[in-house]
Amino acid sequence: MLPPLAVVLFATAISLIFFWVPEDAEDPAQRIFYFHVPIALTAYSCFGWGAWKALRVLGKRDERADVESYVAIHQGTIFGALTLVTGSLWARATWGHWWLWSSRQLVLFLVLFLFYCAYFMLRFSVEPGPRRANLSAVYALFGVVLTPVSFLAIRLAEDFIHPTVFTRDGPQMTASMFTTFCVSLAAMLSLFATFYSIELAGKRIDARIRELREALS
Amino acid sequence: MSDKYVAAAYLVVFTAVLVYVVIIGTKLARLEAALAELVERVRARG
Repeated sequence: MLPPLAVVLFATAISLIFFWVPEDAEDPAQRIFYFHVPIALTAYSCFGWGAWKALRVLGKRDERADVESYVAIHQGTIFGALTLVTGSLWARATWGHWWLWSSRQLVLFLVLFLFYCAYFMLRFSVEPGPRRANLSAVYALFGVVLTPVSFLAIRLAEDFIHPTVFTRDGPQMTASMFTTFCVSLAAMLSLFATFYSIELAGKRIDARIRELREALS
Repeated sequence: MSDKYVAAAYLVVFTAVLVYVVIIGTKLARLEAALAELVERVRARG
């Protein structure tokens, strides 16, 4: 059910972006927004989901939640990398720079991304078992604290280089732009749900095969 | 001028999705082979 839904939403999003929504006269590269922002929001969602599962590891000693937390953070890192790349391309087209170290929100997102990259180094440096599950869970929970900081930095930053589209007065865009944005966001979230369930199923089958091998030897 | 950056951004996303699907496909093929090997071992045991 999920893969066909993701394909349909993706096809709809692409059609709306390139054939329906009007081009921004001030910024022709604004079309990147329809993928860049949903990808970033999906990355935050992945990290949030990973933290929720990490909480279950620590609170309920749920062994399955450890793999679920790992897969969510893995997906979040992929979406995070895509956020950086699409953002960099948009920055180059609009500001004339690939990256601006003076922009706090960009640097904060990079810090968040690198923090989650280090999660894998920590996880794979410890032998599989409850210790690894606990350490990974604590790290994932620390990471999620950075997520609202990164999100709010776009609003609180003083340089105002990074555009702020969602304000207290609502989305600062036309109805057609907002509709396209919502479809793109749904497409990205469904893509995450699809990849998450497939990767999780693969990890569980892998663990079962290992158990079977041990039982047979 | 900005068209090439828009195209590059969308191309990067689609390439990433494609690479991910290929990696998952390879992993599934490996799991299938491992499962087939286990079935053979069980059959050999009788």
